[in-house]
Amino acid sequence: MNKKNKNNFTNDQLLKFYEKMFLIRKFEEKAAQLYGAGKIGGFCHLYIGQEAVVIGILSSINSEDTVITAYRDHGHILARGVDPKSVMSELTGRKDGISKGKGGSMHMFSKANRFYGGHGIVGAQVPLGVGIGFAHKYRNEKKISRVYLGDGAMSNGQVFEAFNLASLWELPVLFIIENNKYGMGTSIGRSAAGGELYERATVFGIKGEKVDGMNFFNVSESAIRAREYIEKNSKPYIIEMDTYRFRGHSMSDPGLYRTKDEVNKMKEIDPVLMMKETLLNDYKIQEDTIKDIESDIKKQIKDVEKFSLESPLPDLKELYTEVYL
Amino acid sequence: MKILLPALSPTMETGNLVKWLVKEGDSVVSGDILAEIETDKATMELESPDDGKVEKILVKEGTENISVNTEIALLKVDGEEIEEIQEKPIEKSPQVSSNGSEPLASEVNISMKSLLNQTKQNSGEKNWSEKEISMREALNQAIEEEMKLDKDVFLLGEEVAEYDGAYKVTQGLLEKFGSKRVLDTPISEQGFTGLAIGAAMAGLKPICEFMTFNFSMQAIDQIVNSAAKSLYMSGGEINVPIVFRGPNGAAARVGAQHSQCFISWFSHIPGLIVIAPSNARDAKGLLKSSIRNPNPIVFLEHELLYKEKTNVPEEKDFLIPIGKGNLIKEGKDVTIIGFSMSVQRILNALPSIEKLGISPDIIDLRSIKPLDEELIYKSVKKTNRVVIVEDGFGNTSFGSHLSYLVQSNCFDFLDSEIIKVSGKDVPMPYAENLEKLALPNTDEIVSAVKKVSYIN
Repeated sequence: MNKKNKNNFTNDQLLKFYEKMFLIRKFEEKAAQLYGAGKIGGFCHLYIGQEAVVIGILSSINSEDTVITAYRDHGHILARGVDPKSVMSELTGRKDGISKGKGGSMHMFSKANRFYGGHGIVGAQVPLGVGIGFAHKYRNEKKISRVYLGDGAMSNGQVFEAFNLASLWELPVLFIIENNKYGMGTSIGRSAAGGELYERATVFGIKGEKVDGMNFFNVSESAIRAREYIEKNSKPYIIEMDTYRFRGHSMSDPGLYRTKDEVNKMKEIDPVLMMKETLLNDYKIQEDTIKDIESDIKKQIKDVEKFSLESPLPDLKELYTEVYL
Repeated sequence: MKILLPALSPTMETGNLVKWLVKEGDSVVSGDILAEIETDKATMELESPDDGKVEKILVKEGTENISVNTEIALLKVDGEEIEEIQEKPIEKSPQVSSNGSEPLASEVNISMKSLLNQTKQNSGEKNWSEKEISMREALNQAIEEEMKLDKDVFLLGEEVAEYDGAYKVTQGLLEKFGSKRVLDTPISEQGFTGLAIGAAMAGLKPICEFMTFNFSMQAIDQIVNSAAKSLYMSGGEINVPIVFRGPNGAAARVGAQHSQCFISWFSHIPGLIVIAPSNARDAKGLLKSSIRNPNPIVFLEHELLYKEKTNVPEEKDFLIPIGKGNLIKEGKDVTIIGFSMSVQRILNALPSIEKLGISPDIIDLRSIKPLDEELIYKSVKKTNRVVIVEDGFGNTSFGSHLSYLVQSNCFDFLDSEIIKVSGKDVPMPYAENLEKLALPNTDEIVSAVKKVSYIN
């Protein structure tokens, strides 16, 4: 599938984005495997299928910009540059986890990487992200708060309160709806009345658009347009990403609400494979170059796995630390 | 027609006549503004109830503490005989109960003010110059001083700015700090609470006012799941330096949905600090400490205490440490424990208790979480008897937990069962007599003291 590179990324930059997408894919496949082996417990929500969203957005991010999301957060924290070893060790609940094994899959944070979680209550991260945008404006920082939410959150009341506040107070916030078509097992057709989801924000005076979230180039182009709009107008913006998750809602999802045919059809527009094909066909990047990247990632994931299983369990005294500062 | 001083708020007992906008002999029509009246919450305009002529002004402008229903002027209405004016002194606020509920301590002989003067504070404070001010003013001072000291502190909530605060706590702050730091929010608790928590995660220090804590339930997920738990579940990476504050508990005659104590709710949550001051001095020192604290703090005030005055240091470094209770009266026979409004209720009962020849230790907890267990156990080990007074519902209450702690830590020292005097387990009724019955009262406190002392 040909896609124009309107943002004039160099081949090296494009390869870096591909590398990140591939990293997320392989990381998540490993997480699924470790979950199956009983090494990861609790809830584990995989990002497989949605990689183009977070990396497309990343291509527009200034390093100081902040990011917040809900519980499907592995891809987001990896995109933000956090060491995959500390992310996987959090999933395995070990001492070297990014949250010292006390957060788990859904609760990971890194101030140094401007990543504010990692939140388990659908919709709750949206007012929080607007508050982070408030702090940027209050301190006259030239930063944008990037707030991810799913299609499920788009029927949650506090999200609309947050839209209202962001628009009313003209806060530098980019809302990104990752519309993967299902809030857990309920399709958007069975949960959301009316038209497009992003249009629900436009009634608050927030400009927005809907984008093919399976294609890195489309996402990137839209994200850069959004950044320019926010910087120029000091107002929030919303993008609805048309995307799809190839795995279940969580690891314990029997998948009764959708057909195998539907999933297989969507896999034909796998964002990672599409990106790779574009790099090979349109950018004439050598297959060996990509293979080298892929094999490095596969090797890295092996190290990540090993590290996350060898890291000790948290010290028992950690039970009572960090309740208060 | 007599013009009476109207009750312009649920808690208003007296008002000040700021200014007359008419003079004797003026003709007025219904709805014309006659005067400006300052209530406990705001300055309001008094409108003419009918068309007519201002016959006589009975209360001069500038008069303070005029009781509700005092005649302040006479209006000659067409076709109505002018009533005879009886010369009588202006009714100043009598020492009666607040809207039918228990008298406040300031209205009985034993005042919080005198006790605080007698009691050594635990704060280790210096000899600062003090001024007698209300809790409302004390809270306002605390916010102003801390906002001056730290640019990261900002205030948001419903009606905190242009309205001057629904209960006047934030009066004048908009003018002093501007709309960037004092923000009126929409009626959108979940949204603005989440926003404030997010701002705190990013390093600001918000003071998030709930017009009353009843509305905090709209946002309780954000307080519990986002504010309280983030430090722990981020392995210490993200702290949330925020103060949630506003009036808590039953005010007066505002019905079930606006009369509830949330002490037990918030003190249940690991990660939250819970404060409930009973007087102006503590309110200032504790609010200042709270604003400087790096944790999420639920600061529960009480509307009926807003006007109560004590001496308060004017010093910007006056802080009361969080987690320290105050033995406000030292005795020997029984330990009576309260916090916020229930301290006042204990003081109301004190004369009757003393008449029995019983001299109690009275502990004002001030901080609910962390709790000053040392102070409590020391007292209990001396008196061997405990009465706990709380306004909230008794079922699975903070007082229940406190009595568990006392029996667990002082088992061998107890000479009697522990008695807990709580609010009744009913939604707050509106009727004056039923509301009074729903809250802990003097008789119940005295009976409890008698029972733990084996006095019939």
